Amino acid sequence: MATTTQDSSMDATQAALLAKVQPAELQEQPLVTNNRDFNWVTDKICRIVETKTPTWWWICMAVALMTASFTGLGLLWLVSSGVGVWGLANPINWGWAIVNFVFWIGIGHAGTLISAVLCLLKQGWRTSINRAAEAMTIFAVVCAGIFPLFHVGRVWFAWWLFPIPNSNGIWPQFRSPLEWDVFAVSTYGTVSVLFWYMGMIPDLSVLRDRAVQRLKKNAYEGAGALAKGMDIFRKNFYAIFAMGWRNAGNHWRNYEMAYLILAGISTPLVLSVHTIVSFDFALAVLPGWHTTIFPPYFVAGAIFSGFGMVLTLMLPLRALYGMHDLITQRHIDNMCKICLGTGSIVGYAYIMEFFIAWYGANPYESFAFINRAFGQYWWAYVMMFSCNVFTPQLFWFKKVRQNWALVWVMSIFINVGMWFERFVITVTSLANDFLPSSWGYYSPTMVDILTFFGTFGLFSVLFLLFLRFLPLMPIAEVKFVMPAADPHGHHGDEKGDHH
Amino acid sequence: MSESYGIIASFPNTPAFFHAAEKVRDAGYKKWDTYSSFPVHGMPAAQGQPRSKVPVFTFCGGVSGFSLGLSIVWFMNAFNYPLIVGGQPFFSPVFPFPIMYELTILLSAFGTLGGMFITNLLPQHYNSLFNSDKFLEVSGDRLVIAIEARDGQYDPVATRRFLEEIGGTDIEEVSA
Repeated sequence: MATTTQDSSMDATQAALLAKVQPAELQEQPLVTNNRDFNWVTDKICRIVETKTPTWWWICMAVALMTASFTGLGLLWLVSSGVGVWGLANPINWGWAIVNFVFWIGIGHAGTLISAVLCLLKQGWRTSINRAAEAMTIFAVVCAGIFPLFHVGRVWFAWWLFPIPNSNGIWPQFRSPLEWDVFAVSTYGTVSVLFWYMGMIPDLSVLRDRAVQRLKKNAYEGAGALAKGMDIFRKNFYAIFAMGWRNAGNHWRNYEMAYLILAGISTPLVLSVHTIVSFDFALAVLPGWHTTIFPPYFVAGAIFSGFGMVLTLMLPLRALYGMHDLITQRHIDNMCKICLGTGSIVGYAYIMEFFIAWYGANPYESFAFINRAFGQYWWAYVMMFSCNVFTPQLFWFKKVRQNWALVWVMSIFINVGMWFERFVITVTSLANDFLPSSWGYYSPTMVDILTFFGTFGLFSVLFLLFLRFLPLMPIAEVKFVMPAADPHGHHGDEKGDHH
Repeated sequence: MSESYGIIASFPNTPAFFHAAEKVRDAGYKKWDTYSSFPVHGMPAAQGQPRSKVPVFTFCGGVSGFSLGLSIVWFMNAFNYPLIVGGQPFFSPVFPFPIMYELTILLSAFGTLGGMFITNLLPQHYNSLFNSDKFLEVSGDRLVIAIEARDGQYDPVATRRFLEEIGGTDIEEVSA
């Protein structure tokens, strides 16, 4: 067996040991299939941005804009009349607004998990999905932010949430978890944008250089002045944001360090954000909310719903753009398994809540949980439990994970189930609290429904713009996990390089 | 003839590129760099570069964020407008911990991104290398080593020969 090596880090004993053990080469499924080369990857990803806008994009954009206008109308209605146009009424003063807020924030968490946590865990498979997932995070935070912002009632005073001196000389009150939320969510949004942007710098430089190359060749005969004009626009637009990136070894050295640090600080950030969101509930003394299981339970649920959304988005994109060599079955498998893992944690939490309600021997707490499952909102509980606990269990089976149409349908179930989870937590606890004389029943109004429905349009508009103008996948990172990028030439015929 | 920026050479594959970088380092050149559209594992050591200074900026950002969080809460709720909430003391380092935590992360992130720009001397929208058509192909799959004319050891003829010897192809001089 060849054990000659140029790697100075491996000493003689290690080499002798390896010769004795004769380790088998681990055959992992490649992350980029069909032996594609660097140029293919660059071309494949850049051409999404550089070619003519496909017809389906315009159709989707039109539908998305129309849907988003519902949010616009709903908010206009709300601001001109007051929060009463929502279905909020004593004792349920937190209706769909907080449900939708937590739902969207939770969706965002998968993006950060993929970009940060999987980066720290050196999971190479994250590379082809992390850019789109980070974009999803940012757009989900935008959708989430709308709800608490307008729930404050007089939205023109929303800036009072920030520690800025106002005319009354009163500062925000920092003992409230709602104020912590302001800091957590705005930090989360900002750091996600920074992380996303920094990851994109090398790819923006690729798009810039390609536009410059085409302009130098000046091969626009037949394509017309518009194509050339677009390239002039691209050259300038991407150049501004690429900051003059040159792909230098020195650049990469600092960039990789910065990327690792951002991954390192985003990990505690993403955990803290949903922890603080759960404090909005857990710090209240309401039965069903006042539990210590909330932070881990919320974080697991957030990751679960986020991966559901990543699957919902990536499976159609893969088919539309023919990305089967970049988003492979291995990627889908892994995402399904994460859904299975986090879905099971969520299921465990549902059951544990019941156990503790009984074991804690607090009559209000026991009532809250029995009421959740069998009271007036039993239908919501059934929706939540079946979508979140039973659906992901199907991911145990390889046959299911390989059927991408079924995976897509199940990812929708996960999204629906997780929305219902937040509905169950928020509404059932408020509707039947300590004082039976003030119990109520909450129903959303048309304004509630339209505003929430419209946020899917807003999300889609932003995501479609991202698809059209920015690189969908991190080109440099995809290249990095390809065998040809290995400096020790596992693929090549470099002599003396058989490690 | 205009002044020279330096000489660039291309390499056929990543291992050749990596070993060529080691040879340029061993030859004692100082003003040179490798160019590839993806980070090459182990390249900083092959180029003889020290550890990145970005963490220093992150640390400064983090410390400022933490202190900022601590001090704004004290100033706002205990000093400038003392606020009684539930009969609790005006200030304690415990209840504003989420604020300190989030601001630590926020300013660390700004420090990290800023540190990356500062250590890389970016933004720098013009560089002589962009004038070379071959250099622009780095964005695709070209792997390039550039030795700059301002290096003490630089010599138009000897450096070109050296790059040929270590396996470089498509060697060209880039004007400044």
